[in-house]
Amino acid sequence: MTTVNDNTSEYITNSSSSSAGLKSLITVIILICVCISGFISRLFSIIRFESVIHEFDPWFNYRSTVYMTDNGFYNFLNWFDDLAWYPLGRIVGGTVFPGLMVTSGTIHWFFHMINIPIHIREICVFLAPVFSGLTALATYLLTKELWSKRAGLFAAAFIAIAPGYSSRSVAGSYDNEAIAIFALIFTYYLWIRSIKTGSIFWSSCTALSYFYMVSAWGGYVFIINLIPVHVGFLLLLGRYSLRLYVSYSIFYILGLILSMQIPFVGFQPVRTSEHMIAAGIFILLQAYTFFDYLYNKLRYVRNIETIFFNLSIIISIIVFAIVVLLTYTGYIAPWSGRFYSLWDTSYAAKHIPIIISVSEHQPTTWTSFFFDLHLLICLYPVGAWFCVKDLNDERVFILLYAVFASYFAGVMIRLMLTLTPCVCILAAIALSKTLDYYADAESSEMVSNYDDSVSICDEVENDENNQYLDNNAQNIDETDDNDDDQNFLTSNIKIIVVTCIAMMLLLFIVHCTWITATAYSSPSIVLVSYNSDGTRAIVDDYREAYYWLRQNTPEKARIMSWWDYGYQIAGMSNRTVLVDNNTWNNSHIALVGKAMASNETEAYKIMTMLDVDYILVIFGGVIGFSGDDINKFLWMVRIAEGEHPKDIKENNYFNDNKEYRVDKSGSPILFNCLMYKLCYYRFGELYTDSAQPSGFDRTRSVEIGHKNFDLEHVEEAYTSANWIVRIYRVKKLSNRFQAKDALEKLTSSLSEESFEKNDGKGVILNKPHVKKGTKKSMRRT
Amino acid sequence: MTQVGQVVGILRKLNEEYQSSTPKKLKLIDAYLVYVLLTGIVQFAYCLLVGTFPFNSFLSGFISTVGCFVLAASLRIQLNKANQITFNVSPERAFADFVFAHIILHLVVVNFIG
Repeated sequence: MTTVNDNTSEYITNSSSSSAGLKSLITVIILICVCISGFISRLFSIIRFESVIHEFDPWFNYRSTVYMTDNGFYNFLNWFDDLAWYPLGRIVGGTVFPGLMVTSGTIHWFFHMINIPIHIREICVFLAPVFSGLTALATYLLTKELWSKRAGLFAAAFIAIAPGYSSRSVAGSYDNEAIAIFALIFTYYLWIRSIKTGSIFWSSCTALSYFYMVSAWGGYVFIINLIPVHVGFLLLLGRYSLRLYVSYSIFYILGLILSMQIPFVGFQPVRTSEHMIAAGIFILLQAYTFFDYLYNKLRYVRNIETIFFNLSIIISIIVFAIVVLLTYTGYIAPWSGRFYSLWDTSYAAKHIPIIISVSEHQPTTWTSFFFDLHLLICLYPVGAWFCVKDLNDERVFILLYAVFASYFAGVMIRLMLTLTPCVCILAAIALSKTLDYYADAESSEMVSNYDDSVSICDEVENDENNQYLDNNAQNIDETDDNDDDQNFLTSNIKIIVVTCIAMMLLLFIVHCTWITATAYSSPSIVLVSYNSDGTRAIVDDYREAYYWLRQNTPEKARIMSWWDYGYQIAGMSNRTVLVDNNTWNNSHIALVGKAMASNETEAYKIMTMLDVDYILVIFGGVIGFSGDDINKFLWMVRIAEGEHPKDIKENNYFNDNKEYRVDKSGSPILFNCLMYKLCYYRFGELYTDSAQPSGFDRTRSVEIGHKNFDLEHVEEAYTSANWIVRIYRVKKLSNRFQAKDALEKLTSSLSEESFEKNDGKGVILNKPHVKKGTKKSMRRT
Repeated sequence: MTQVGQVVGILRKLNEEYQSSTPKKLKLIDAYLVYVLLTGIVQFAYCLLVGTFPFNSFLSGFISTVGCFVLAASLRIQLNKANQITFNVSPERAFADFVFAHIILHLVVVNFIG
């Protein structure tokens, strides 16, 4: 027994000097593996299809980045885009968050400077996976500050592959969230660091990182509200310290003036309610510190504590009253619709249908939480509980983050993204603390426990062993509830627990990879379907149609389509569009919706008013694509009804059973509207399925009710290979005399009766009649 | 009246203790703080009198005063020997951080002032 002790203690002293080096080597290797795995797991769509920009929004970001690399940064900031929102145009410099474009542009400039000529598209496509590796590093740093390095490694590994984050950062998803999540976590890491040290340097770095976040995403509002709430909670919990004053004051004031440098943000930080909490806490903190300073000098005065406490309360009430007054009188704008609908979820449904029509803004279902987070969502409350048990300043922060992020993720499915880092961190904390008990086999405590258990198993011969036996027996009775004492953990139990945890983590990895591969890696611009023998059939209709537009229409042609496709049309066809995904002008969108929902003559009037040359609709009935315009049609009707309630009524498009159907039972107003006619023109002649009659819509699984009609004011220009994209040309105004009428008049005037009427003379059509005494006026017939 | 007398007495005592116990370095920073506060008040009063156009210049100047105030107050806190336990910085490091933050602040102010 004694020899075993000596050997192990020698082993411990030898390894402690090199263990620090070994630990940091292992840490670096693990972090490199995490970054590589995060990068690789996002490349599914590149391997399956090609390196192309996905979805809708990234196309605008890509187009802006190309413009910036071609024309320089200042021209980009001052760019007025006349290809979008005809005839209004768009001031891009003032309505976009430039961080994404500047990041890609900088990387592009750097590579070209060292003579590696990478195309800007490759940089844009691969930016998100590269930044996911950086996000994993930032999460490691943040968790290291919150708990320990071991938890940090787990957190980095989790966030590298968690589907909640990789859904918005696959290769090709060139959107603001790609860099914004990295900026978010990095800012939080710097904030925790500055609270712990109270250093001016770290606070300034936090402000700089916050500036990067403001330039990157509109979700910066989350930071500028969470950090003041954290400070407020620390004050309430009695955890005030001078470090808190230094870090928050410097962060706030530098962050304030830095955030106003972005043109899109402008003066909002001093004028809108979303930023008032930060300002209020700033003023409160100044007052609190001043009172604290006076209190330290005036300890001897009676009742000084109650006086200062009351003064603090009074000052906070006064500040709150001033903010309310300014909001009421209009100096400070109230909460904008986007953020107010997070609080009152029914607000958007009643007042702003365009917010609620976006699929990402729908409420989250229960299954999405497990789908996106698997094992982590189960470990998440455990980690939160561990933080509550050992509370300190920074763990208050992560708990507040958890509470608010959980609420927001429940409101809107898009905000699962902000919940994911928090869940990864807290799950890592839970797992790390568990494994601290069960996987730690080298501490001297564990060794002596092992020896003790060995001594129990051995034959009891002398008093020494008897003593140990008695002590152990007592210890086992005492320590059943006390989990700090590890006498009852034999190595068997530890191995079993560690193996179970390892198996769960392996299942987690399998789940994440499978989800990323199947659910989140589709580029949306290229569709794939599988034949009965399993071979792939690529449906490339979108790009085919957009390139047809690019090559066969005049350069200044104007395309009318629903706003979903605006960015793609502008990006790939390089043509002017009427409405696009920016959706800043609801009336313009309502006008387009009204045109789509009215009959052809009414729609023609709107289209001539808007100078439309081509109409583009998406129709999925031939291959069974369910994301087409007929399925979105009711949203067009609702948005149009919001602005033109007298002309468009949603009930008109339902049949007698209050159903929305396109078969024989559909409403006649639906059959005559422009969208129906454009989608189903000539569809009645097509056999999509040999077992069904002609004109069978495979998406709705019905035979359409209104076939074989003609179009009066538009003519078909192009239909893509699988009929997904259909483009129509708007005919110009017809000639003054109708050809049919002229023929009738001619034949009637040449008939026998008219000869006799005119005394055998011929007749000149539309001969102007001369009135004696009046000037002959050029009358237009 | 006695309450007013009490308050006046407290203030006098506070003043005496302040003069005697604070080191010279901190008094210098305090004087600078009072000066910055005065410039801030003057700027705000000017804005109230004359109007806010151009708003970005007013904001830039006002935030510059508030920023200088906050930074100097933070420096004072970090240099105060009584706070040595909460902060782990040497006075030189505190001053270097102060300069770093000031560079950032003034670069942004000059950019924003139009």
